[in-house]
Amino acid sequence: MKHTLAVLVENKPGVLARVSGLFSRRGFNIESLAVGTTEDLTVSRMTIVVAGDDRVLAQVTSQLGKLIDVISISDLPPDESVDRGLALIKVAADTETRSEIMQIADIFRAKIIDVGAETLIVEVTGDQAKIVAITDMLDRFGIRELVRTGRIAMSRGTKMITGGNI
Amino acid sequence: MTDTSISGAKALIACLRNEGVDTIFGYPGGVLLPLYDELYDSDIRHILVRHEQGAAHAADGYARATGKVGVCLATSGPGATNLVTGIANAYMDSVPIVAITGQVPTPMIGNDAFQEADITGITLPITKHNYLIKNINDLPWVVKEAFYIASTGRPGPVLIDLPKDITTEEFEFEYPKRVYLRGYHPDIAVDNDRVKRAASMIRESKRPVIYAGGGVIISNAASELLKLAETIMAPVTTTLLGIGAFPGTHQLALGMPGMHGTKYANYAIQESDLLITVGARFDDRVTGKIDAFAPHAKVIHIDIDPAEIGKNIRVDLPIIGNAGPVMQSLGSHLQGMQTRSQEWLAKIAAWKKEQPLQYNRSENVIKPQQVVQEFYDACPDAIIVTEVGQNQMWAAQYFKFESPRTFITSGGLGTMGYGFPAAMGAKVGCPDKTVIDIAGDGSFQMMSQELATVAKNDIKVIVAILNNGNLGMVRQWQQLFFDERYSYTNIADSVDFVKLAEAYGLIGIRVDEPSGISSAISEALAADRTVVIDFVVDPMENVFPMVPAGAAINEILDLEVAS
Repeated sequence: MKHTLAVLVENKPGVLARVSGLFSRRGFNIESLAVGTTEDLTVSRMTIVVAGDDRVLAQVTSQLGKLIDVISISDLPPDESVDRGLALIKVAADTETRSEIMQIADIFRAKIIDVGAETLIVEVTGDQAKIVAITDMLDRFGIRELVRTGRIAMSRGTKMITGGNI
Repeated sequence: MTDTSISGAKALIACLRNEGVDTIFGYPGGVLLPLYDELYDSDIRHILVRHEQGAAHAADGYARATGKVGVCLATSGPGATNLVTGIANAYMDSVPIVAITGQVPTPMIGNDAFQEADITGITLPITKHNYLIKNINDLPWVVKEAFYIASTGRPGPVLIDLPKDITTEEFEFEYPKRVYLRGYHPDIAVDNDRVKRAASMIRESKRPVIYAGGGVIISNAASELLKLAETIMAPVTTTLLGIGAFPGTHQLALGMPGMHGTKYANYAIQESDLLITVGARFDDRVTGKIDAFAPHAKVIHIDIDPAEIGKNIRVDLPIIGNAGPVMQSLGSHLQGMQTRSQEWLAKIAAWKKEQPLQYNRSENVIKPQQVVQEFYDACPDAIIVTEVGQNQMWAAQYFKFESPRTFITSGGLGTMGYGFPAAMGAKVGCPDKTVIDIAGDGSFQMMSQELATVAKNDIKVIVAILNNGNLGMVRQWQQLFFDERYSYTNIADSVDFVKLAEAYGLIGIRVDEPSGISSAISEALAADRTVVIDFVVDPMENVFPMVPAGAAINEILDLEVAS
């Protein structure tokens, strides 16, 4: 069972080390991690995807909660939230395969952001499944390089997770 | 720069004064020169230790004995890394200390400068929080926050790393009046619904046991615990760190549970139908085989740290909160509770009578347990500090502690060498109390250099070495579980402890027969300075009862006692 946590933290040096260090020393695995500032520049938001049962989740949450620089932790259930990641995929392309790759990119609403003599770079945004799907589709052309961001997620509707006035 | 600006070093001293700090245990060094120059004129008492680890343990002992925040100070690099064991020790046992370390000047940080160590990185997993001050304007609020964080909620060590240039820079100093931390809210209101549910579980139970830990002492909740226990007439077992939270001579006292606990405490837990856990954390030394622990009991877990709930065992009713107010509220819901049948207490009384703590007495050779008992007879109100190993267990078993903050020991980390410097810190914090370090010859040698500190600062403690010439606890395991193959545990004749004490200008006494114990204790109590008593004890004496590692806590090894 995977859980997506939205963790608001003080935007201070060393916070990432505190959070990631806690995961490793308590034996929890981070599957995906993304960090950035929020609408309030003193607050950063981490989206952490962690695998484990409810007991593991409860431990992760309460251990994270003990870090002084952690302001709040919210579990984002998949059906009540949206999540996105971004991937850049450098795929081998010659004159024969180029148009087919571009068609695939089009179907996935991905963009071609660089064209070289022997490669294309495809930029794709989407949830986990979509990124896996396009990666699989492009695999047979020869993926030369792949880079992915951590996932970011947000609750649907009016529910807000903000740190400024807590 | 205006007329009213002061240096960072001066400001730090002012901050410490504002926090009510009267004593610092420390050791100077290059980057601390400006700070030590200010300390020279300060009215804060600075105790110069002989090794920084001693400073950290002394601050820890001071904090446990007084309930105040202990402060230690060390220079950058090796000074800071020497504090690490002491900080880890305080972290494991939730002791409020503030450790201040010097750091190389900010422009040199990260350059592998002389005596540079990344002490905030190193102590990340063993501090409640830590700070590297890079801007002098941060200094006042960092110190304010550090003391607040160390002493509130579940207490713990906080480290402040202070670069040299910050100590010399000048600024307009103002001490903040309050702390604002949006991610830290240690005050937790008592959850009345849960307390009511706990009360009804207690009313329904037939065989309740209160399992009290160090949290009761930290919360200054011994009187609430006593009241609760007497209201519901439940027996109380106190963990190693909970010793003193409940009077040891009380008829409801079960003593310590777990590996070297009393048989009746372990039997009571195993037969209990309700475990009322307060400020304890189901440590593996208490639970033994976790699946077989308290198999018939529902579990109420009262703790201030939500991360302790369900960490080691399944809990039926968690109550997050401060032990004192929660127990008080619980007690008020149970006022006038109908007395339960006497069957349970009668059963426990029978276990106590039939299976007490016991050892084979001898007229020829000193039994370490007897030494502890004779200290209890001579000074029952003393603060007992221990080293780690057999000495620690015998002290926990055979001294009857009546009040909190009178038993000081390294529980979670099990730090050999802790006892003597912690005793020194406890004595500095409580100068009117008799402070005794029940020591082993192994542990004491890890920090014996602090004899110079007690000598030079007129700190009087009694070091009672139960000298068995061995690393006794490890030797015991080798005897029981490793076919008596005593691999590197014999340390006999390492040093003449009497001469060692005398070399520091202190008093050394050797006792090698049982008849000499009490007169040595009297002499030590009457002495005007630290006394080291070298009790030459039976080298093969073992700590019993004993639950082997991984066994259920009612699978107990005990010795045959000669009638």
